[in-house]
Amino acid sequence: MPHKKTHEQFLQLLSTETGFVLDHDLVYERRLKPAATELPNTILLLHLAPQLWQPAAIVANQLQYRFVGIWAQDLSENLELNISLELHGSYLLLRTLIDTSNPNITSFTPYFPAANRLERHTHDMFGINFSDHPDKHRWTRHLAWNEKQYPLRKNFPVASTKAGITPPDNNYPFTHVNGSGVYEIPVGPIHAGIIEPGHFRFQAAGEDVINLEERLGYVHKGIEKIAEGLSAKQLIKLAGRVSGDSTVAHAWAACLALENATNLKIPERALHIRAIMCEHERIANHFGDFAGVCNDVAYTFGCYQLMRLRELWLRLNAQVFGHRLIMDCIIPGGVNVDLNSKNCQAIHQQIISCKQELAELYQLFEENSSFHDRIKTTGILSVEQATQLGVLGYAGRASGHKFDLRHNAPYSPYNKLKIRVPVFNNGDVLARLRVRAQEVLVAFELIAQLLDQLPPGPIQTPWQNPNTTTESIGLIEGWRGEILAFVRINNNGLIERYFPRDPSWFSWPALEQLIHGNIVPDFPVCNKSINGSYSAVDL
Amino acid sequence: MLKTLYKIFKTGIVTEPLPQNKTTAFERLGDNCRKIIDARFAGSLAIRQIDAGSCNGCELEIHALNNPFYDIERFGVHFVASPRHADLLLVTGPVSRHMESALITTYNATPDPKLVLAVGDCGACGGEFGCSYACAGAIANVIPVDGIITGCPPTPINLLQGILELLEQKN
Repeated sequence: MPHKKTHEQFLQLLSTETGFVLDHDLVYERRLKPAATELPNTILLLHLAPQLWQPAAIVANQLQYRFVGIWAQDLSENLELNISLELHGSYLLLRTLIDTSNPNITSFTPYFPAANRLERHTHDMFGINFSDHPDKHRWTRHLAWNEKQYPLRKNFPVASTKAGITPPDNNYPFTHVNGSGVYEIPVGPIHAGIIEPGHFRFQAAGEDVINLEERLGYVHKGIEKIAEGLSAKQLIKLAGRVSGDSTVAHAWAACLALENATNLKIPERALHIRAIMCEHERIANHFGDFAGVCNDVAYTFGCYQLMRLRELWLRLNAQVFGHRLIMDCIIPGGVNVDLNSKNCQAIHQQIISCKQELAELYQLFEENSSFHDRIKTTGILSVEQATQLGVLGYAGRASGHKFDLRHNAPYSPYNKLKIRVPVFNNGDVLARLRVRAQEVLVAFELIAQLLDQLPPGPIQTPWQNPNTTTESIGLIEGWRGEILAFVRINNNGLIERYFPRDPSWFSWPALEQLIHGNIVPDFPVCNKSINGSYSAVDL
Repeated sequence: MLKTLYKIFKTGIVTEPLPQNKTTAFERLGDNCRKIIDARFAGSLAIRQIDAGSCNGCELEIHALNNPFYDIERFGVHFVASPRHADLLLVTGPVSRHMESALITTYNATPDPKLVLAVGDCGACGGEFGCSYACAGAIANVIPVDGIITGCPPTPINLLQGILELLEQKN
């Protein structure tokens, strides 16, 4: 297995670099429980002493690992810090314990810029100080709780202790740009549309954007805190609301983590139905955002045609799964909606008619020079920028970054299917649209295969609480890209820790980069072509 | 251009009449509300939508009101970019504490007389998120609310019905 070798190389290099002997005191390895649902790569877990944290970052950077996520947990005397990394579709989990009374550790951000906001989030929630972090401004915290208070510490109450209205966060230290003719445009938190809240601070000269700084955290709902103490079933309901547009993908990732942790084998039929749901979600969201991009460049024809197609898919969802956005259909141990032959037929027919429509529409879009004029060379994210920021999903794939979990680390049922991954290198709005247009067609192919191979049998395995505290990770390719869910559940069946890492953590910083040099009026179309979730990063 | 026109004509008009099976009085309700909007709002009801902390599920369905199947503008209802232009605030929740002040500022910026509709289970009661250090829960905990549309998320039909019912009730 070349994958296994990769991580061995990591260990060897770490040992060479630091002179530390890799013994039980400094680093030891143990595998997370092998996946019941045939996760092909068991995840290698390394416990590191805190002084090995920075060498680990340096070595991982040298070996070109990709930063996946960072999260912590309060174990009262210690704070447990986890970092997940990926190389060639194989995942590595680094873990260290930090003294709660002196919570200092080195930062991964100097070596992995993608870690920037997640480390700041971890600081705001746990009070872990990342000593050499280049940007120590708060991220998730506004004024709902005080500095030096950390919501994910055990001694922080779930209920609010602050009386009265939370004041606006007026004193956030934004970057300022000075110069002749330079002006500032503050936008938000409430935007001029039916859209989530967040603040954008532009500095512009004439029409050109010189700098954009995002300030998010407005829809922080304490998801990680209120997840503590929930049952498995309740957790999945909450996971389905991390980001409403990715309800299937987040619920599946959290379920997979639970099922991996408890070695629960779920029926093949349920896996197929989950994948069909996930592809439906991908199609509907790609149509919706494609329509949004058309709308933002005043291409009304394209906008309404795609809004119409999206509505047809939502109606099909309501007919087949009983919910337009397919909420609460995935449960621990399987799914709660079966597919009968009539519904399978309905899906097949919709695919056939939609394919015909898209053949017409894609041709019209490609032939429309005024449409292309607005989106070609607009909002370019270079291949280098995408790699550095660890950008995932269609945003990464439009910038030459061919990573798709369904292809690179395929989980069941995708491991039985052949998956085409469309990739473009231009990194502009047009490239992102072309990736998404192709991904819709790929989703059609996948759904058709999944329906044809739909195995008979039950759709649920009864959920059983574990005998001991256990943990695992679930990885799912949602429509925005790779979603990671970490779950730790105790022997009473109650959740001790839930952390979902949405791909939006990496696409938001990409938006700050790709807007440089574009004109202010093109910001909406650039933003829509990326479409990060606010809710999923504000948590 | 000819191909575009051909596609437009081939698609035809997909806008649907209001469903008659929801309540027996639904069509009458729709007619009445159109009359209310004509009489009370000079033919157009302006809505400002505010996401005060939602998971974005409600926004997707509110967005769908503008798609060609529902086409809410035919009832004289349209979405505006500024609270200054709004007759009605359509607010999704739960109200995150970080959005509390922005919601109040927007409410105050909306000229009187104004209507507020709390949308979704979270807007109605805090939903899955409830009240916590991060959430103030229901919209009514933060600003006065005239009506509630439940659902997670409410469908476009639920939304349309909720708006129409509020107008009739206030008439």
